[in-house]
Amino acid sequence: MDLSLIIALDVVNGASALFLLCLGLAIIFGMMKIINLAHGEFVMLGAYATVISANAGLNIWIAMLLVAPLFVGLVGLVIERCLIRFLYGRLVDSMLATWGLSLCLIGLVTTIFGNTINGVPTPLGGFQIGAYRSSWYTIFLFGMAVLMMALVYGVMRFTRFGLVARAVMLNPGMAATLGVNPAKIYMATFGIGAAVTGLAGGLLAPVSGITPVMGTAFVAKCFITVVGGGAAIISGTLSAAGLFGFVNQVGAFLTTPVYGEVILFLSAILLIRLLPQGISGRFFKGTL
Amino acid sequence: MPDALKVLLQGLAVLAAIALVAVLPTYLELFTLMQMTLFAAMGVLALSLGFIWGFGGILSFGQTAFFGIGGYTYAVAAINFGDSTNAILLAILLPALFAAALGYFVFYGRISEVYLGVITLTVTLILFNVVNSTAGDAYTIGQARLGGFNGIPSVPTFNAPYAPDAVLTPEAGWWVTGSALIAVYVLMRLLLASPFGRIAVAVRENETRAALLGYDPRLIKLGVFMVGGAVAGLAGALYVNWGAFVGPTIFSLSLSAEIIIWITVGGLGTLIGPVVGCFLIQYLNAKIGSQQAFNANLVLGVILVAFVLLLPKGIVPTLRDALLGLGRRTLRRPAPETAARTQIAGAE
Repeated sequence: MDLSLIIALDVVNGASALFLLCLGLAIIFGMMKIINLAHGEFVMLGAYATVISANAGLNIWIAMLLVAPLFVGLVGLVIERCLIRFLYGRLVDSMLATWGLSLCLIGLVTTIFGNTINGVPTPLGGFQIGAYRSSWYTIFLFGMAVLMMALVYGVMRFTRFGLVARAVMLNPGMAATLGVNPAKIYMATFGIGAAVTGLAGGLLAPVSGITPVMGTAFVAKCFITVVGGGAAIISGTLSAAGLFGFVNQVGAFLTTPVYGEVILFLSAILLIRLLPQGISGRFFKGTL
Repeated sequence: MPDALKVLLQGLAVLAAIALVAVLPTYLELFTLMQMTLFAAMGVLALSLGFIWGFGGILSFGQTAFFGIGGYTYAVAAINFGDSTNAILLAILLPALFAAALGYFVFYGRISEVYLGVITLTVTLILFNVVNSTAGDAYTIGQARLGGFNGIPSVPTFNAPYAPDAVLTPEAGWWVTGSALIAVYVLMRLLLASPFGRIAVAVRENETRAALLGYDPRLIKLGVFMVGGAVAGLAGALYVNWGAFVGPTIFSLSLSAEIIIWITVGGLGTLIGPVVGCFLIQYLNAKIGSQQAFNANLVLGVILVAFVLLLPKGIVPTLRDALLGLGRRTLRRPAPETAARTQIAGAE
């Protein structure tokens, strides 16, 4: 009983972390059909922003929830203006350029901060379930995932910006004839996607090892999850993150963490083979 | 250019390359020669992706999967056989079979471009994870311990065909690697000139049209992918021979990324471009490694971004187009002022 509760918590934790990590990438991919391979480095920048400002004496919550998304959002805006805007509609080129960007960011951060940095302790402490311990932070991560989901859904569904953004996503040419400037929407979307990713980096900073290359561990997983989820931002990412998070944690419990990951990858390959348009391309067509 | 002249020029270029491979050891120190051997082995790897991406239109983010399988196959087989000849053959065959299986799964599932990238990337990650966790006595194939994270040390290097005692010297190792690079290049050229190669290019250009003309794009792509896998496997064997060592980092994502950078820099859609890009970038990498001012990742990243934005065709096609354009202008329009300008340029 206690064990199954803990495993359930693990699954929820894995899925929430995966969802938070993927949301930014899904926003950018779903809206702009650009695969941002520097995604992992945005996570890394968010984590660095959090750790550095927290170590400088800033309250950890402010560092995590404000500094990280604002900083990475700004970086995202600059990158969109200087690089991404030349690559719309060139899927492969955009992947190559963002891959180059990811190498640049790794190199830059290594040059400035070196290979290691002091982490921050995990806030909130833990609680006891029978013979096992878990941390409140797990629950907090789950709450944040739900909150972010509601936020993105609310903005996309109920605000004017969301309406315009969805219109651009469906048909940029038509939206432009109606007086919307797609370039501006793309810029904003990329900035928002980057900010959401930065937030994920900030949130995961206390529970992951922080190095300049930490992003490479995430990018493949996120890439797979987003592509497996398909074009719909929320339903796609949620279903894929839930499925892969579940498979990963259960696989890790039954075998080893390494094989848990392998099982995740294998199931992703099978999923893409069976549903080439992703989960949302098949089951949640037309949803957000 | 007339075709006969073109073939003649290419033949001369290949002869020159062979001569270069033959005489290089007399002019270079051993250290530089070993470095050249590594570059040439990686050049073979660059050719494998340059072929499937440039001529088959298949962008694989995980070409290192085949490279790594080739390397591990060679290492395990060479340790067990005690002779490198069959080990090399196996290191070509096994990756080709793996490419056939993966390619069947992908192409016959009609999976599109991005998804193909995801799948190849994922396969590479799986291999890395699995091989990385093969430490301990349980994971031995014959007499070879896979060694997990630590890899397989002291792999036997190449010997003369079917003569295990005649281990090749570093110079001979260079000759083998250099000639392998040239041989792969020539074979790929011939393959591209054959009907198969022409159909492959047709499929890259327009899959539907090729299908309507009666060719099966899936089969053609599978064939191209298998050739790429086999060549990458050979590159793996050459690489392991160079270092007498193989570890799981052979599957690493950063190497996969680097191959793509070589091709982007050298020029997609040519065969010489990937090799040029590979030698240039590796030379640069070696130079960066010997100083402290700039981080290697930073420089590589800037180069990749710059090429995608400013020179998307890559070095070789840009140079070729510039030369051809110049030649055409001087040949076709001998207008007085152009001729005069050419003469001045020639005089300078």
